[in-house]
Amino acid sequence: MVALQVIVGGLLSGAIYALFSSGLTLIWGMMNFINFAHGEFVMLGMYVALLVVVWLGGGPAVFGIAAALALFALGVGIYLSLIRHVLRGPMLAQILSTFGLALLLRYTAFWIFSANVVSLPQTSLAGTINVGGIFLPLAQLAAGAVALTLTISLHVLLTRTTVGSKLLAVAEDRTAAMLMGIRPDRMQALAWGLSAGAAGIAGALMATAYPWSPSVGETFGLIAFVVVALGGFGSVLGSLYAGLIIGLIQAVSAFWLGAIYKDIVVYGLFVALLWFRPQGLMGKA
Amino acid sequence: MKRSALLFAAIGMAAAAFTAATAARAADAVKIGIMWPLTGNAAAAGQAAKAAVEVALDIINNAHPELANLPLAATAGLPNMGGAKLDVVFVDHEGNPSTAQQLATRLITQDKVSVLMGAYQSSCTFTATAVAERYGIPFMVGESSALNITTRGFKWVFRATPIATDYARTYMRFFADMKNQGRTIGSIAIVNENTDYGTSVGDAIEAEAKKANLPVAMRIPYSASSTDVSAQVLQLKQKQPDVVIFISYTADSILYMKTMKNLDYKAPMIIGDDTGFSDPSFIPAVSDIAQGAMNRSAWDIGKPGSTTYKINEMYKARTGRDLDDTSARNMQSFFALAEAINRAGSTDPEKLREALANTDLKPDQLMMGYQGVKYDGTGQNVLASTYLIQLHGKQYELVWPETAANAKLQWPMAGWAQ
Repeated sequence: MVALQVIVGGLLSGAIYALFSSGLTLIWGMMNFINFAHGEFVMLGMYVALLVVVWLGGGPAVFGIAAALALFALGVGIYLSLIRHVLRGPMLAQILSTFGLALLLRYTAFWIFSANVVSLPQTSLAGTINVGGIFLPLAQLAAGAVALTLTISLHVLLTRTTVGSKLLAVAEDRTAAMLMGIRPDRMQALAWGLSAGAAGIAGALMATAYPWSPSVGETFGLIAFVVVALGGFGSVLGSLYAGLIIGLIQAVSAFWLGAIYKDIVVYGLFVALLWFRPQGLMGKA
Repeated sequence: MKRSALLFAAIGMAAAAFTAATAARAADAVKIGIMWPLTGNAAAAGQAAKAAVEVALDIINNAHPELANLPLAATAGLPNMGGAKLDVVFVDHEGNPSTAQQLATRLITQDKVSVLMGAYQSSCTFTATAVAERYGIPFMVGESSALNITTRGFKWVFRATPIATDYARTYMRFFADMKNQGRTIGSIAIVNENTDYGTSVGDAIEAEAKKANLPVAMRIPYSASSTDVSAQVLQLKQKQPDVVIFISYTADSILYMKTMKNLDYKAPMIIGDDTGFSDPSFIPAVSDIAQGAMNRSAWDIGKPGSTTYKINEMYKARTGRDLDDTSARNMQSFFALAEAINRAGSTDPEKLREALANTDLKPDQLMMGYQGVKYDGTGQNVLASTYLIQLHGKQYELVWPETAANAKLQWPMAGWAQ
């Protein structure tokens, strides 16, 4: 019974890993652009959720959507004001620009929200349901379900719709896409909006379960990079699998081996897998 | 030319007169050099401690008969030294160990202080005490808790504040007391974050538990930045220890309380070792699910009219805040130092050292919840201990030892309402 509890818990955290990583894979995998500020987007999503709950009230649906919209807008804004310009510069400038952005966002959050740990006031998702001896915290259950749905929707959007095809076309060959009548700037701004929006809603979902402070983005950013690399660059479905696998391995190794060994196990397996399959689980060789 | 020579002579004479005057005053007053981080990232703690010592100075240098149980409070100044006052020179080491070392040298050689005290950060205390030892000047460690400060075989270093082993011993005495009252404590679990802080405190508790023949069912080290602690909570749930001791920072201690609730695991008793459990965000976040969780504090404001309450009022008048555990421990160290100076009746270093070594303060002569102040050969106070407090509603109440308690211990802890 306890084994099942461990597995379910691992998969639930894995689903959330998948959601905030899918945004990174969109930028990293498709635009070949490493966004070091991704973990900070998750962090800002958490604070948006907190502000909405404290100022406006409202349940998880309200603050989840608010975080998604706010971060979507931020993502578009960052693309237009910063990324668009550094894309013309050398590779190193691109890398350093988002690194600087990450620090800017983190320390702005320190300035506004202080370094104190905060947590969301009790929401309607406070309870736990007991399914035949397995405890399912409502917050994590809802977060997991929403994360799964959104990650799959994002996958469908990219692979089955016109907008998705346009995004992929721009990623593939910017000039050719322009010749086909696609406006690359619009598409890339949309990609940044979707990426940040997914991170924002993931943050809002995590905020229902975890206390945090402005430095939390560091932890999430690292997980997102590993998930994307394991899942395969550019594959949203890949990050879904990778997120679930990492969540599961962490939970299982933390329970049977001990909490301090879980990251050794996860990253050991990760390195081993990349050894055999450098393109990741779902990436194209 | 002649006029300017005259002017110089006049200035010289005035200066000489002035020096003579200060010298005369200094002959009465006992000079104490105190170094703290008064700027830098620990400035808040240093400034709070400085305010606490200024209150202590007021209590010692002026007559405060209303605080008569504290040594030196009733009289003005030090009675054994003809009412001499204490004169404190505060200096700022900015949290930098090498600055602390230089300042210790300066205070001893230039300011000619009779004793030193400080220095908040253990790293600064470590370097400054080495200077005091070399010059043969007594050093009172205010509240730094690193074990190695008193394990170097120094003769001139004294520490009144409790350290990790004292807290561990207090927990063991508490458990023994609980067993005497018929409560079951078959085994304990220690959950500690895995940096220096959590590891060293965890080790100290495990060592004391071994001495007390109390089985440690499990030791769970973990990383404080974990975003998920359900595996650890499930491990605890499987072993069912009677008490779980957490040595945790803020976010992780809140996460543990929430996860325990989510996975429906109620420990009979939880003890948090200060830090995360004392963070201002802990109570608002988990007060409805962690009712009865215990914590430690050697400082208690006490009932209106008590000595501690009056001290707190004096501190509040100066700073606008209640006195905190850290500053209070510094203040107690200062009182213990002053008591020894008065007993020595002289500023001769060897006599001061002897007086400090022979210190024997009883619990009712203290403002803190120690069992007394008495130093062993290393200079560590062997009677240092702490109160245990418990979360009742939205605040901690002192529940143990019973002689000092102002609320009844809740056992097992309620956790959350069904």
